[in-house]
Amino acid sequence: MSSFDPTADTTPEGAERQDEERRRAAQGEPPFVEAATPESRLAGSLREAAITAGIVAAITLFFFAFRTEIAIGGLELTVRWPVWLSWIAIAFVGRFLLSFFLYRADRTKASGAAKGARGAAAVGLGKVLAVVFLLIALTLPILLDTLFPSQNRYILDLAILILTYVMLGWGLNIVVGLAGLLDLGYVAFYAVGAYSFALLSQNFGLGFWVCLPMAGLFAALWGLMLGFPVLRLRGDYLAIVTLAFGEIIRVVLLNWADFTGGPNGLLGIPKPTLFGLEFSRGEGSFSDYFGLDYSPIQRFVFLYYIILALALLTNFITLRLRKLPVGRAWEALREDEIACRSLGINTTNVKLTAFATGAMFGGFAGSFFATRQGFISPESFTFMESAIILAIVVLGGLGSQVGVVIASVVMIGGIEMLRNLGVLTDFFGPSFDPTQYRMLFFGLAMVLIMVWKPRGLVSSRSPSAIYKEKKKIGADMVAQGEGH
Amino acid sequence: MEYFLQQLINGITLGSIYGLIAIGYTMVYGIIGMINFAHGEIFMIGSFIALTAFLVLASLGITFLPLVLLIILIVAMGFTALWGWSIERVAYRPLRGSFRLAPLITAIGMSIFLQNFVQVTQGARIKPLPPQITGGVTLLSSSDGIVVQLSTMQMIIIVTTVVLMAGFTTVINRTSLGRQQRACEQDQKMAALLGVNVDRTISLTFVMGAGLAAVAGIMYLLYYGVIDFYIGFLAGVKAFTAAVLGGIGSLPGAMLGGLAIGLIETFWSGYFSVEYKDVAAFSILAIVLIFMPSGLLGRPEVEKV
Repeated sequence: MSSFDPTADTTPEGAERQDEERRRAAQGEPPFVEAATPESRLAGSLREAAITAGIVAAITLFFFAFRTEIAIGGLELTVRWPVWLSWIAIAFVGRFLLSFFLYRADRTKASGAAKGARGAAAVGLGKVLAVVFLLIALTLPILLDTLFPSQNRYILDLAILILTYVMLGWGLNIVVGLAGLLDLGYVAFYAVGAYSFALLSQNFGLGFWVCLPMAGLFAALWGLMLGFPVLRLRGDYLAIVTLAFGEIIRVVLLNWADFTGGPNGLLGIPKPTLFGLEFSRGEGSFSDYFGLDYSPIQRFVFLYYIILALALLTNFITLRLRKLPVGRAWEALREDEIACRSLGINTTNVKLTAFATGAMFGGFAGSFFATRQGFISPESFTFMESAIILAIVVLGGLGSQVGVVIASVVMIGGIEMLRNLGVLTDFFGPSFDPTQYRMLFFGLAMVLIMVWKPRGLVSSRSPSAIYKEKKKIGADMVAQGEGH
Repeated sequence: MEYFLQQLINGITLGSIYGLIAIGYTMVYGIIGMINFAHGEIFMIGSFIALTAFLVLASLGITFLPLVLLIILIVAMGFTALWGWSIERVAYRPLRGSFRLAPLITAIGMSIFLQNFVQVTQGARIKPLPPQITGGVTLLSSSDGIVVQLSTMQMIIIVTTVVLMAGFTTVINRTSLGRQQRACEQDQKMAALLGVNVDRTISLTFVMGAGLAAVAGIMYLLYYGVIDFYIGFLAGVKAFTAAVLGGIGSLPGAMLGGLAIGLIETFWSGYFSVEYKDVAAFSILAIVLIFMPSGLLGRPEVEKV
């Protein structure tokens, strides 16, 4: 990674970044800005703010000013002019500040050299971050025990959740980030993993450690089965068909009540054991065997290390696969499918391996999810889940492993933190329930991060193997999705 | 036979609604090659605006039904079109020329945002509206009591759809705006060189799609009488399925695909099982795409190096 300068246009990534800058310079203007006019900065900002406020007023009229409530004898209309007017005011002030201090401010453009240095620094930073994250992750239970003893169970639970998404993100990264196949139905494999573990344990009494590889295997098989017919399709069509398959699996799980428990789901999924030691009170348990005092936190710590190990395994395998011919083929496929075919790569097989490998890790994560919750139902495997995982991969930066971690922490952890923000309750009154706004902020964050940094928070989409010579053809001509 | 005819009428009605939404997908895909994932949510927003406007009119004392419907149509189309324009401006235009996945992600984010925005501002519970347009004609009645009915609402839906489709096809084929849209679809750079305002054309495409989605939203509201913040997702996915089935980028294809999806869904529920109707629709999508990747009326895509 460090052997080349990632910002020069000798690398696909650097070339693409330059392209993007060129395009942005050519056309990129912030939303709602008219062409440059000779008017003063203040007047211009005020005018833009007024336009924005007018638009916000119009589009939110029927949502803020009026609210329909179910009442006796039909719907009842409540009128809330103050809410509407205050949001118009917020829009006006917000847009004014943005225009005045950001869009219309005289900014000196950073020189290319400075940008290059920044890019190189980002790669170095990524490596440092990876080590820091790893150290924090490995010692997290101890850190929490010393720093926040009262809250450690809650934070540990959150860390387990984040790590589950990190693992899912890394799994999907193989499909989307490395092989460039847009999969909107990744949650199907997560569901297959969860349900295979739950059903195997209920019908055959098998434990977590036996079921884990089997769940992965089943998910991989499903990946092959679903992948085989659809992988001939082009990008967007592939996306929509995978979405359809995800929905089909969910609907079947929901309606095949005899087998899957239908909407009620499956209960009583066993907890994992440490070489046969259970994390419970009494004879033959973990605490009894080692002569420790029983504490419920032990099970959380154990679960935490399981998912950490699984996630690191995913990462390790991905990194190794990238050095194998098949990994190189994935990256080549992402860059240019036609070139791949002309070089004799069997694109169907290469795509299938990517699909199945990604699915396998989804299956692992699914069976971990089942054992953590102890209960699964089709509710947990909606399209929203796929969207969240995909958002993590893309916002983190396609193909970047550290990016997935950062995006998971920001999107899952940050949004979860909204739950216990007492400040907001003080501000909006006691009836304000932050959890209600979780997904609202999630969607907004997806849009804003993407508009702000289209290449993701950490963009390192460079292939592992590159041709270190300046391109003869401008990158405009061969940029992804344009040449064909 | 009677049962079949009744299902046929129901299927055509449902298909008209899907078709109207599908046009929005197909036009946007045709012109900028992205799946506008938030389009289903625009449909949902259209039906919410219609519902609220209806109650506002009732509280103002305007109850003459044709007038009410006309005002709702104009208000819902106008405001929803503004939503469509704003979404394009905020979430898609800054990413034009960026890599292919970027606008899709903002579209998914927009869709999540809009769903939750409506949920937060209007509440999560379903909103019932008592049937406003009742009555209909009995087409057939057999000896064992099964009647085939075409309700006034169904007639209105089918007629409106046909009229809108005809009008729309004329706009695309005959007017200067339609020519600009087709030019942008073929080659944006070249169109811009020839003096077409590409940004404005794309914006107008979103506005038109949102307007049609609003009409579909009003019809959905009046036909089913129940809406909630979540109706946009499934309707959106099915309408996209319809657009792909008919051949993406083709207007008659979108309508044909909508009708096909509506009919498949209705017949499947009528003769097999209601639970698996979505599975039927999605399976058809997968099968069509695998064997006929360019859809029923689409142009085959030629891969150029």
